[in-house]
Amino acid sequence: MQAFLDIFDIYLLEAVINGILLGGVLALLALGLNLIFGVIDVTWICYAELVMIGMYAMYFMVQYYGLSYFIAAPLTILLVAILGAALHYLVIAPLLTAPPINQLLATGGVLFVLQSFATVAFGIDFRNLGIRLPVLAFGDMNFSYARLLSFLAALVGMVAVYLFMTRTFTGTAIRAISQDRQIMALMGVDTKRIYLVTSALGGALAGLAACLLVLQYDVHPFVGLSFGPITFLICVLGGLGNFIGGFIAAFVFAEIISLGGLFSDLEWGYVLAFAFFIVMMFIRPAGLLARRR
Amino acid sequence: MMGQGRLAAWAMGLAALIALPFVYRDPYHLHILVLILIWSFAYTSWSMMGRFGLVSLGHGGFMGIGAYVTALLWNHLGWSPWIGIPVGMVAAGVLALIVGYPCFRFRITGHYFVLVTLALSGIVLQVITATRDYTGGSLGYTPNRASGNKLLALQFDDKITWYLIALGVWLFGIVVWHWVDRSMARYALEAISEDEDAAAAAGVDVTAEKLKITLLSAVMTALAGAIYCQYQMFITPDTVSGIAVSLQMVFAAIVGGLFVSLGPTFGAVITILLAETLRIGFGTKAVGWDNLVYGVLLVLFIIFLPKGILGSVLDKLKPQRKVPRAHEQEAVQIARPGT
Repeated sequence: MQAFLDIFDIYLLEAVINGILLGGVLALLALGLNLIFGVIDVTWICYAELVMIGMYAMYFMVQYYGLSYFIAAPLTILLVAILGAALHYLVIAPLLTAPPINQLLATGGVLFVLQSFATVAFGIDFRNLGIRLPVLAFGDMNFSYARLLSFLAALVGMVAVYLFMTRTFTGTAIRAISQDRQIMALMGVDTKRIYLVTSALGGALAGLAACLLVLQYDVHPFVGLSFGPITFLICVLGGLGNFIGGFIAAFVFAEIISLGGLFSDLEWGYVLAFAFFIVMMFIRPAGLLARRR
Repeated sequence: MMGQGRLAAWAMGLAALIALPFVYRDPYHLHILVLILIWSFAYTSWSMMGRFGLVSLGHGGFMGIGAYVTALLWNHLGWSPWIGIPVGMVAAGVLALIVGYPCFRFRITGHYFVLVTLALSGIVLQVITATRDYTGGSLGYTPNRASGNKLLALQFDDKITWYLIALGVWLFGIVVWHWVDRSMARYALEAISEDEDAAAAAGVDVTAEKLKITLLSAVMTALAGAIYCQYQMFITPDTVSGIAVSLQMVFAAIVGGLFVSLGPTFGAVITILLAETLRIGFGTKAVGWDNLVYGVLLVLFIIFLPKGILGSVLDKLKPQRKVPRAHEQEAVQIARPGT
């Protein structure tokens, strides 16, 4: 083992593994966005802001009301799921027949509303959960338990969604609708209900991501802006609505951010990721998993 | 093309606008007017490509580049804004080409295009924040006060000069809008926005036409950013770049109406007056309330009045107008991938 570790630069390996751990959470975020896009054909620009609200919910439940983390987490997931369903019911549903760009911009308006709501209600201070998880030392490498836990929970979440989509009737109906919107209504599937369930599911994924991100990052009203753009890039690179593509792209991006952060600031990792994205568009314009034309 | 009456109306309106600051000198109201003119120019620049279904959320990035390049060159290298502004515009143009070319060449349209450009403005924000040693990061940045020639530094203390500069820039934007409106490119772009394949088959160079209008739009937006920076003498990443600014442009253009030359200007008047009224109404104690109301109103607008105020009013005024083109019936038509 030691001989193996000597070959690689120890920091490089640490960055690679941290990248994989980050990839788990990014993949979770991308999955939620892809799900909404694949089924309802709407892009929630405010997706990262839903995560931000979830992070605040966690903060207040744990810090203010003194709930245990593991009781607060399901409540947060439920809350954001309800928010997702409400977003669909109030904003997207009236616009279903409108041009797609109007749906997109309406969720952009919701982004404004959520951000300023957070500013009004919680102020612009940075807050953190105050839970300091220990650091796992492995050889000379250090990994925070928070990242490890997030990675595992993200994987569990994604497996749960997979099982739901393949093993239940509702899940099957969701997949069927994403294949053909018109015909499923004729097959006796209540489209409106399925849309609502999908939105709630997308919200629940944002809630789960919030529970995990709040362990690693401080929460403030504009925290969504720091991982929102990267989520959109992942979804486009993986192919919008393509779950497996999004999953792979999330890990590719996470590696770039993590390795880029090794050599300079984390923000430059994002810049590198964007440059990589532009290059990839030349090579594979229709997404990572698209067949070459 | 333009009737004698309309030309006269434009000339009268313009004369009134030029005369205004010499008659009415309230500094606060002039300040609001200057802001309205500068943002109108930015919104008009956005709508140049927005009206052809090219919905870009990356214009916040272009605006930020224009503002920051100009200010950075002035502070660090001592280059006058007269050189800095063109450099900033060129930088924004180059970025627009780098992002635009693969998008248009490989038919990245619809949601994909929106998300790519959205990420672009997010990344510009990140870069400005990351290079905080030079740009001051999220705390903002102030161009140094000129010690010598005010004209060379493009820094003026009185509002009247700025009002006239902003008016000139705004007028330039409107003139370019009409120039595009009457050019062959407009017909090519309208054809593209309705059906890319058909347009290509009819001999339109889809990639080149889209690139040209994107370049024009990006360069003008960078100019707006630079002028804003010179006027305010203080910029933060959040006020000149990023997703919020991009969304603000799109909203204002849509609220005003995309398909008329004064639509974006009208949108700027409404949104800035609204934001300013809300800001004063709620006072400084309740930070964020103004944006909250603003956001709710915008969502309601998109749901209930998608053609914009000016667009809807003009439609009411001339119901017997020629058959509307398909792409005007929807606010912006956008091709869905896979259909």
